[in-house]
Amino acid sequence: MNTAENTIAWWQVVPSILWTDWLVYILLIAIGVFVFHARKHEHLRAPWRHILRRRLAMSSCIILLAFATIGLLDSVHFRQAVDVREDGSLRYSNESVSLFDQLVLPLKKNTEKTYSAPFATHLYSKENIELADGSVIRDYPLLKYGGAHLTDSSLGMSEDIQARIITASWQAALSVVLIVLALASWQAVKRKQQLGCVLLRMWRGEKEGVPWKTVFTTLGCIVLLIYLSKELATVYHVFGTDKVGQDVFYLTLKSIRTGLVIGTLTTLIMLPFAIMLGIMAGYFRGWIDDVIQYIYTTLSSIPSVLLIVAAVLMIQVLIDNNPDAFTTLQQRADVKLLALCFILGITSWTGLCRLLRGESLKLRESDYIQAAQAFGVSNFKIITRHILPNVMHIVLILVVLDFSGLVLAEAVLSYVGVGVDPSMISWGNMINGARLEMAREPIVWWSLMAAFIFMLLLVLTANLFADAVRDAFDPRLRK
Amino acid sequence: MLAYITRRLFYAIPILIGVNLITFALFFVVNTPDNIARLQLGVKNVTPEAIQKWKANHGYDKPLLYNENKTGREALTETIFYTKSVRLFVFDFGLSDEGRDISHDISQRMWPSLAIAIPSLIVGLLVNISLSMLLAFFRGTYIDVSGVITGVVLISISALFYIIGGQYIMSKLWHLVPISGYSEGIAGFKFLILPVIIAVVGGVGSGTRWYRTIFLEEINKDYVRTARAKGLSELKVLFRHILKNAMIPILTGVVVIIPLLFMGSLLTESFFGIPGLGSYTIDAIHAQDFAIVRAMVFLGSVLYIIGLILTDISYTLVDPRIRLA
Repeated sequence: MNTAENTIAWWQVVPSILWTDWLVYILLIAIGVFVFHARKHEHLRAPWRHILRRRLAMSSCIILLAFATIGLLDSVHFRQAVDVREDGSLRYSNESVSLFDQLVLPLKKNTEKTYSAPFATHLYSKENIELADGSVIRDYPLLKYGGAHLTDSSLGMSEDIQARIITASWQAALSVVLIVLALASWQAVKRKQQLGCVLLRMWRGEKEGVPWKTVFTTLGCIVLLIYLSKELATVYHVFGTDKVGQDVFYLTLKSIRTGLVIGTLTTLIMLPFAIMLGIMAGYFRGWIDDVIQYIYTTLSSIPSVLLIVAAVLMIQVLIDNNPDAFTTLQQRADVKLLALCFILGITSWTGLCRLLRGESLKLRESDYIQAAQAFGVSNFKIITRHILPNVMHIVLILVVLDFSGLVLAEAVLSYVGVGVDPSMISWGNMINGARLEMAREPIVWWSLMAAFIFMLLLVLTANLFADAVRDAFDPRLRK
Repeated sequence: MLAYITRRLFYAIPILIGVNLITFALFFVVNTPDNIARLQLGVKNVTPEAIQKWKANHGYDKPLLYNENKTGREALTETIFYTKSVRLFVFDFGLSDEGRDISHDISQRMWPSLAIAIPSLIVGLLVNISLSMLLAFFRGTYIDVSGVITGVVLISISALFYIIGGQYIMSKLWHLVPISGYSEGIAGFKFLILPVIIAVVGGVGSGTRWYRTIFLEEINKDYVRTARAKGLSELKVLFRHILKNAMIPILTGVVVIIPLLFMGSLLTESFFGIPGLGSYTIDAIHAQDFAIVRAMVFLGSVLYIIGLILTDISYTLVDPRIRLA
C-alpha cells in the first residue's frame, strides 16, 4: 500500500460527472454563446456596459464571479486512483471528489472528533485523558489539527495569528499590484496609450467609464481573503468544527455549489416551457391561449410550498422504491437535487409565462409584426425572429430576480425536511443541524453563523446585481 | 356584480378539478395505496390481510381512475379518484391516514394560525406604509438611499435567521417572552409577541421597497403637481392626496393573501410550537400522512381562488371606473 501511494498522483483519475454537473456545463456554454453573440451587437452590449459602469453593480458582479468560480471548480467531479492492481491497472475509489476538494484538501482532511470553537486549540467537550504517568484526568483534549503546530513553536496563538495575517497581507498586496499592472497594460495595448497615462486615468476615474478603483478594491478583498484562508484555515478551524468534527469553513464553501445549482438550474429548466407557452398563448390566442391559461392558473392556485412538499415526498418514495437505480449515496443526493430544481421550476414558471403572454399579446398587434404577417412569413419565424428578441429583457430580469429567492428557499425547504438530501452539504442542512445545538451551554453558534454570513453575502450581491440589471433593461425605468 | 361572482365561481370548478388531478397524480401514481397502507401499519403488522383491511377502512380498496368491473356511470364513480375528490368538493375531508377527523382538526387549528397571521398582517401593513412614506417624503436624500440599501440587506437575510436570532436575543438573552408555546385566551398574548415581531421584521424589507415604488409613482402624477401649485404643504400633499391614492394598489395587493391567512405559516408555527394549520401540515409531511396534505393543498387552492375573486371585487369598490362584466 505504501509503495502504491508513492506512485499514484492525485491527477490519476477517471471522470465521474453527475447529472447536475452536465447541466452546469450546458449553462456555462449557453452563457458563453450569449456573450459571444452580444459582443457583436451594440444594442445588446449597451445595457451591460451601463450595468458595469455602476460601482455597486461592478463590485457585486466580481463577487458573484468569485462564487461562481468556486461553484464551477466544485462541479468537476472525478474518482481518484487508490491502488495499483497486480496487472498494473489502477483501481479507482468509489467516492467521487471535485477539483475544489483537491484544492482545499487540508480543510477536508483535518477532521476532529466533535465540536470545537473557531480558532480553538481544544475540543468543545471534556474527555478522559491519560497522562504520561498513567493517571487519568477529565479535561478538554487538544485538537488533532486546529492549532496543532503551536505545540512545537515558541509563538503564542495571538502572535502566530498576527504573523500569519501579516504574511497574507503582503502576499495579497503584491498580487494586487500585479493584477493592477496586468489590467493596465492590457488597457494600454488596447487603447494604444502609455502605461503611465492609463494608470493615471484609472486612478482619477472617468465619469462614463469602468470604475477601476472599485474593481481593484473588490479584487483586493477577494485576493486578501484567499491568502488569509490559505495561511489561517490550513492550521486553524477558522469557523470551528461541527458535530462530527468536519471543518465548518469547508462545509460552507461546499454549500456554495448547492446554492448556485438551485438558483440557476431551476430557471434553466423552466425557461423553455415558460417562454414557449407564454409566447404561444399571446401570439396564437384562441383555444391555445385558453388551454395554456388554464394550465398555469391551475398550477399557480396550488400553494407552492405544498406542491413542492407533495412532489418531494413522492420523489422520496420513488427513490426508496428503486434503490438499484442509484449506485452511490452521492448520485442519489444529486438526483434529488435535480428533482428539487424541477419542482421549484414547475412552481415558478407561471409568473414569467403570464408576463410573456401579456407582452406577446401587445407585440402581435405592432406594425412590424403585422407587416411580417402580410409578407407571409411563417408563424415560427415571426416568433423566433421578431417576438423572442423583444421579450428577452423580461426573461433576463426575472431570471436574475428569481435567483436570490431560490437560494433562500433552499434553506427553508431543507429545514421543513423537503429540501436537498440530508447527506448533501448545503446551507439549509447546516442551519438545520446547528439549530438543535442552540440550547447547549456554552452555545454552539459558529456553524449557524458561517452559513448565514455566506448566504447573506451571496444573496445580497445577487440582489444588488439584479437591481442593476433591472434598471438597465427595463425600458420604463431607463431615463 | 352577482352575475360576475357566480360566473367566477363556476370558472373555479375546472381549476379545482385540475388541482385535484395534479395532487392525485402526485400522490397515487408513484405511491400505490398498498405502499401507504404498509407505511401506516408499520413494519410489524404487515400482512396481506391487514393491508386489505386498512385499505377497506380508509376507502382505498377501489381502482384508481377507472373501474372495469362496473358498467356505465359507476365505472367512473366507483374509483378512488372520484370518491376522494367529490368529498373534497363539499369540504368533507374525511379521516386522516392515522384515523383522525381532518375537518375537525382544521376547525380547531385554524384559530391559532389566525391569532398570529392577523396581527402580523395589520402591524406589518402599518409599519411598511409608514416607513415607505418616510422614504418617499425624503426621496433622493441620504435617508432614502440608506433606507433602500437597508431594505436590500433585510431582504437578503434568510427568514430562518430572523426566527433563530429573535428567539435567541428576546427569549434566551433578555428573557422578555417565552421561547415558544401557545395557550388560549388572554394568557396566550405573551406567546404571540415574538412571532408577530419576527413576521413584521422579516417582511419589512420587501414590503417597504414595494410600497415605496407605489408612492413614488403617485408622487409624479399631475394631481400632485396641482395640489402643490395650490400652495399645499408637502406633508399635506403626502397625507391627503398621495396616501389615499396609493392605498388603492396597496390594499388590492393585500386582499389576495387575506384568505390564505387561514393556512398559517409553516416556518413560524413549527419554530414556535403553535398548534396551527401550518404546523399541522408540517407534522403531516413528517408523518407522510397523504390525506392531510391533500386536504391542505385543496383548501389552499380554494382560498387562493377566493382571494383572486375578492381582489377583483375590491378593485370595483375602490375605483368606480372599473366595472365587472
